[in-house]
Amino acid sequence: MEDIKNTPSDREAILSAANAARWDLDMDFHDTVIETIYQEASQIARKTVKQKGDKAAYSYDLKIDKIVTSRWLGFPIMFLLLALVFWITVAGANYPSQALSFLLIDKLHPLLKSAMEFLHAPWWLTGVLIDGAYLSMAWVIAVMLPPMAIFFPLYTLLEDLGYLPRVAFNMDSLFRKVGAHGKQALTMSMGFGCNAAGVVAARVIDSPRERLIAIITNNFSLCNGRWPTQILIASIFIGGLVAAPFAGIVSAAAVVSVAVLGILFSLLVSWGLNKTVLRGEASSFSLELPPYRPPQVWQTLYTSLIDRTLIVLWRAVVFAIPAGIVIWLVANVKIGDLSIAEHFIQWSNPFAFIFGLNGVILLAYIIAIPANEIVIPTILMLTVLSSKLSGIGDGAGVMFELDSVADTANILHAGGWTLLTGVNLMLFSLLHNPCSTTIVTIYRETNSVKWTALATFLPIILGLIVCFFTTQIWYLLQ
Amino acid sequence: MQVIGSIIYTIHGELLFAGILLLVFVLWFFFPKKGGYALISTAMMNSQKVMVEDALKYLFDCAYKNVPCNLNSIAGNLQISSDKAGRLIEKLLKMNLVRVQNQEISLTDIGRSYALRIVRVHRIWERYFADETSIAQKDWHEEACKIEHLVSIEATEELAAKIGNPVFDPHGDPIPTSEGKLPKPKGILLNAMKGGDIGKIIHIEDEPQNIYEQLVVQGLYPGMQVYVTEILDNKIVLAADGDECMLTPLFAAQITVEKLSNEERKTTKNELLSELRLGETAEIAGISPNCRGLQRRRLMDLGIIPGSKITAVLQSASGDPVAYSVLGTTIGIRKQQSDLIFIKPKKEKNNEQYNK
Repeated sequence: MEDIKNTPSDREAILSAANAARWDLDMDFHDTVIETIYQEASQIARKTVKQKGDKAAYSYDLKIDKIVTSRWLGFPIMFLLLALVFWITVAGANYPSQALSFLLIDKLHPLLKSAMEFLHAPWWLTGVLIDGAYLSMAWVIAVMLPPMAIFFPLYTLLEDLGYLPRVAFNMDSLFRKVGAHGKQALTMSMGFGCNAAGVVAARVIDSPRERLIAIITNNFSLCNGRWPTQILIASIFIGGLVAAPFAGIVSAAAVVSVAVLGILFSLLVSWGLNKTVLRGEASSFSLELPPYRPPQVWQTLYTSLIDRTLIVLWRAVVFAIPAGIVIWLVANVKIGDLSIAEHFIQWSNPFAFIFGLNGVILLAYIIAIPANEIVIPTILMLTVLSSKLSGIGDGAGVMFELDSVADTANILHAGGWTLLTGVNLMLFSLLHNPCSTTIVTIYRETNSVKWTALATFLPIILGLIVCFFTTQIWYLLQ
Repeated sequence: MQVIGSIIYTIHGELLFAGILLLVFVLWFFFPKKGGYALISTAMMNSQKVMVEDALKYLFDCAYKNVPCNLNSIAGNLQISSDKAGRLIEKLLKMNLVRVQNQEISLTDIGRSYALRIVRVHRIWERYFADETSIAQKDWHEEACKIEHLVSIEATEELAAKIGNPVFDPHGDPIPTSEGKLPKPKGILLNAMKGGDIGKIIHIEDEPQNIYEQLVVQGLYPGMQVYVTEILDNKIVLAADGDECMLTPLFAAQITVEKLSNEERKTTKNELLSELRLGETAEIAGISPNCRGLQRRRLMDLGIIPGSKITAVLQSASGDPVAYSVLGTTIGIRKQQSDLIFIKPKKEKNNEQYNK
């Protein structure tokens, strides 16, 4: 070439010559580049790296893998291990939950109230701060902290051990059929502990499309905060249908069916998303099966408590405080003769009846958005308020729960609840918007308002559709 | 309020019916491709602008391939009546985009640069759909045909920069540069090859769609080596990467090949990684061009490159995926992907431990 000077026209010429040269390159020249890099790397490695010892370094791993991925033992082992984790969580969380509840709600709450009285604070200030903000926060901590502090470390231990990738490996063919990734089995089971944590866990899926699917459908895993609601409502309304000795088994079966229905919905929605809105996202599949290793117990404990439990709990508390204030205010601020809550309940009742629910349930799901755990206490408080029951609970805007299932049943029956309401509440508890903690987490993880909105509203729409048809078919059959 | 409540209690049958109707309507409305939303958006698309741009694209294609073009061929290509085509040409003439000489229609300079811009947009988006989305291979062209009329050139340039300024679309067509440069067409049509010729597929025409789909099903793609075994009356028998394949002249005319004179003929077809049995080891020969974009990069990152040794070690409890050991790590690969990974035919039997 002749003299090239750094002038705009020369630069243009070089660039266009370079562009033209690209036509003559092979279409797969990117591959050639990568191949060459690997070849160079392996040549360097051959020259400089010496390998010691026998070749079959992972023969133990292979023996274990043969068992945990075998046709006959693979799934039973998986179900047993996961069931064990859930059982330890439920059984182990019971006592500390009661202790925390006793300490924070039964003891500290009255103490704080008398402290406010001692300071001559006006009644509404006590209401907003203590009965609203504090009580809601205390409730969230008491019910959320113990199960999460047990579930997350156990789960992380299994992960650290290297077992969880094998679960994904075994479950992949099911998820492949709906266009999802095998690792969604992991985020789903994480979701049974906490949806927010399940959404974070979707980071292990490196393919953008499958990761979004896992995030959006995580809410269909019945989380820790919803199990107590399911169990309570099932034992009141469904267990009550059969003779006493069978009540326990029948209501347990009802709860398990709701959880299974959730799994079915998550598969169905995954499939639907794939066919429609997620077509535009890239997809790739790969699944590393890392070698097994002894878990690092202390590090696991530390990271799962700090990274998962405390962050999730912190987000829940941040929302629980304002929500607690709102809960107290709607029950106490009056327009005319009635509180805002009663106005809303009366106004929304006809609409809610179409779906076999009632205004109390709708309002409870709106104001108890920070955590599913406070839905039942809010429902009880609102039912007492709107049905003008006296002598039960602790007053307007103060959430409460009763120790006796029979007493709870009495309140709900007095509020006009039927078997249909119970069934619909169970369905709606499965299919409604994620709690605010999960919504925020989804936004943090996807960084997109669009996907957050989809993940928030899709379950509500599905829930309303399912409740609507349940109700209408129910009436038709009667 | 109580009144409404009591009414609701009495009209359950009607409500159920209304609910079912609403659900059916919503499902129909949002149904992909055939639903109401899709129909409305295609109806909105059928405007004059789309017609003008499609006509320009067709005229450009004719000029590129050196095929004459007249009113009837335009009407045929755009699937409109010749009346409508006549009005369209009049409009194009008024806009100074085309000129007519003895029935033959060709582009003016302005028309050519307009057409090049659309072609660039179309091919860049096709590349994007192929590499960065999960849109099916048969739908790339159609989707690009829709989007080319909607997006601005600026948005497309941004996209091009993001995906590394591609120079070929996934069918093997060159993408015009932003200055409107395009290389001269290369290669010959497959049906012009003689028995014994060796070539490489450089382009597969994506229109009409049904022929393209069948070629895709046959497993043909740009980059494949073809060896013409014999030419019969109504058939061309060839070996594509060693795999025998028969095409009618009509189908063969959709394929452009570059003749290679001094290349060695691939005699044996590649075996697929999915055919490797547990415990067997093989050398990787390559990844099919049908595995693209993110998935391809991911596999290469994991060491699936020509020359690596790969061993099948484990089968999942449900049979698929299978775990392979490559470069010292174990990775699970679905059959869907291992069908797209080629291995050298010679398999080595590995030590006993893998045998079940």
